[in-house]
Amino acid sequence: MFSPELIGMCIKIIIILIKSLVLVGVVMLHVAYATYFERKVIGHMQVRLGPMRVGYHGLLQPVADMMKLLFKEDIIPSRADKPIFFSAPVISFVAVMTALSVIPFSDDFSIANINVGLLFILAMSSISAYGIIFAGIASDSKFAFLGSLRSAAQVLSYEVALGLSLVGVMMLAGSLNLREIVYAQSAYPFGMFIFPQILGFFVFLTAAFAETNRTPFDLPEAESELVAGYFTEYSGFRFALFYAAEYVAMIVMSSLGTICYLGGWTLPPFLTGMFPFLLKIPGVVWFALKIYGCIFIFYWIRATVPRYRYDQLMNIGWKILIPLSLLNILITGLLKIVGIL
Amino acid sequence: MELEQGSAFKTRDLVISIGPQHPATHGVLRLILELDGETVHKCTPHIGFLHRGTEKLHENLTYFSGLPLSDRLDYCSSMANNVGYVLSVERLFGIEAPLRAKYIRTIVSEMSRIASHIIWIATHALDLGAMTVFLYAMREREWLLDLFELVCGSRLTTTYPRIGGVRNDVSEEFLDSLYMFTEEFPKRVEEYETLIDQNRIWLLRTKGIGVISAEEAVNWGLTGPTLRGSGVAYDVRKYAPYDAYDLVDFEVPIGKVGDVYDRYRCRMEEFRQSNHIIRQCIEQMPKGPILLPDAPKIELPPKDKVTAEKGLLPLHMGLIRKGSIAPPDGEIYSAVEVPKGELGFYIVSDGTGKPYRLRLRAPSFVHASVLSRLSVGHLVADMIANIGTIDIVLGECDR
Repeated sequence: MFSPELIGMCIKIIIILIKSLVLVGVVMLHVAYATYFERKVIGHMQVRLGPMRVGYHGLLQPVADMMKLLFKEDIIPSRADKPIFFSAPVISFVAVMTALSVIPFSDDFSIANINVGLLFILAMSSISAYGIIFAGIASDSKFAFLGSLRSAAQVLSYEVALGLSLVGVMMLAGSLNLREIVYAQSAYPFGMFIFPQILGFFVFLTAAFAETNRTPFDLPEAESELVAGYFTEYSGFRFALFYAAEYVAMIVMSSLGTICYLGGWTLPPFLTGMFPFLLKIPGVVWFALKIYGCIFIFYWIRATVPRYRYDQLMNIGWKILIPLSLLNILITGLLKIVGIL
Repeated sequence: MELEQGSAFKTRDLVISIGPQHPATHGVLRLILELDGETVHKCTPHIGFLHRGTEKLHENLTYFSGLPLSDRLDYCSSMANNVGYVLSVERLFGIEAPLRAKYIRTIVSEMSRIASHIIWIATHALDLGAMTVFLYAMREREWLLDLFELVCGSRLTTTYPRIGGVRNDVSEEFLDSLYMFTEEFPKRVEEYETLIDQNRIWLLRTKGIGVISAEEAVNWGLTGPTLRGSGVAYDVRKYAPYDAYDLVDFEVPIGKVGDVYDRYRCRMEEFRQSNHIIRQCIEQMPKGPILLPDAPKIELPPKDKVTAEKGLLPLHMGLIRKGSIAPPDGEIYSAVEVPKGELGFYIVSDGTGKPYRLRLRAPSFVHASVLSRLSVGHLVADMIANIGTIDIVLGECDR
């Protein structure tokens, strides 16, 4: 009755499920502490301490925040379009979490190793924009509506720049598989694509800020004019889902940057050459460190710069970033033909 | 969108109500915006949510007990309002404060100018997304408020100047620490400027936004840095000097274009000028009395003397109940330069101890009206920049 193939498949599915659960748990923990990290980093940049009250140096603050959000009253506007209103945060959150499934965190850990991993991540981050648009339309609030319209326009324009900036990486690696991309980098200086793709990296970084709605491109949720933007009407757990989705998106974008430009879980060869013991440390540690480095840049920029205006954001997207990324493709192609890269 | 008769689609403006509870309206200001996409077609400010009937209250209060009400006008700069009020009452009575009191008043006015401009730069920058400036600026404001506490015991609602002088003398400790502040503060202003003035995004967000020409600005009745940003060098401190302003040296910074950026530059320069004035005042500070010798007519007699000396107790009771010995019949308009602009007190006296009518010319009230002119044709985000640049406080606007 139970053929060996069936049992083997069941075991495979169970392993994948366990892997997914572990991943969700670990990532959610990191999301919780990413908020703590953000508040501490920005706090110290702004000559204050950040959270200090809950636990030692405020270490339990994320737990307290989570409890607060879970127990808060869930307010639904009476004129809201309820099915869409309920599904919007779920769409946002599920889409970004799904993107995590193809990310290789180390040499041997990824839930799915698919051939179009890069495209999959881009597709999922686009789908999460639907959550934002739905939230804005279903809330029946003008602030949320304006916020979601801004977001739609922003994601459309910056998705193009983000995708084009990654074309250079695809050309160098010759693959869309994220693992292959990491392996391909070992032949390049410092084991990273960042130096041959410096222009592409710049465009990617800028577009990633816009994709994740972070300062200076946090227009959909520009708190000074639109109160909270698309999630103005959300409260309690649904609000928490949007909030978590934003931080997961940040982790996804940082992972993508790490994989495509910073050599993933590997270390620069000269470092491992000098200190061979570094190879014994699991790759996931380096991966996490690189991600936190990227996330730190997100926070740093937030503490430093003002917000762009809507039309200025569009101008930057279409008139600067897209031409730059096209130029990057051209240069990469030429260098590849000449044989330098 | 609605389909009207005729062939073409007609669109309606999106009407959006911003405030009175909104993070960017600096208090309880309500704005009705009519938007086409993100472009503002019409902006109607609605005020009055903080109306407390200050002018009417004054009619039932003696000249002396009306003073604390002026704290509550522009609560970011209560010292400057106090000075404005006591000065107008002094002019009504035809008296003048001693020189030392004048210097002290000048110092506290300028301190409150800095404190108020700090609130302005903090919220203005926060509205445009630069959150770090907010906390840097609050650090300096905290220092100033501590100094206020040192001189009069309270931080926000000071009620420190008195008709005919000031309440108590300033201590050496206060002057020393204030001098330290003036040494340090210009560096801090530079720090704000490195954070925002050298930032491309800040320049993009402020240059060419909310432009108003000099002529138009005068016609709208703008005063203070909001007017000077358009290039009109009108400053009450220069044109009708009061207190010690004619004894110190300072400049009135003006702008050229009259946009948000010029007004920003004006106020940043005023930080330095105010700092300069405070330093001069501390250096020139004369010795002498701080209250007019014949002040008991207007001022309450000292507490220890009231019970000891004959005749002072009835006088004290009379002062409390009926007000000070009556000023002459007549009316007076007296203006001072508060951080927001020209704060005018128009007092009509009928010869009793209480004003017959007291009218306030509040700069924020005038500035709130110009918002509808500044915002039209710009985007919603620029409207936020415009609210920041006119620097209104609703306590003063609604009175």
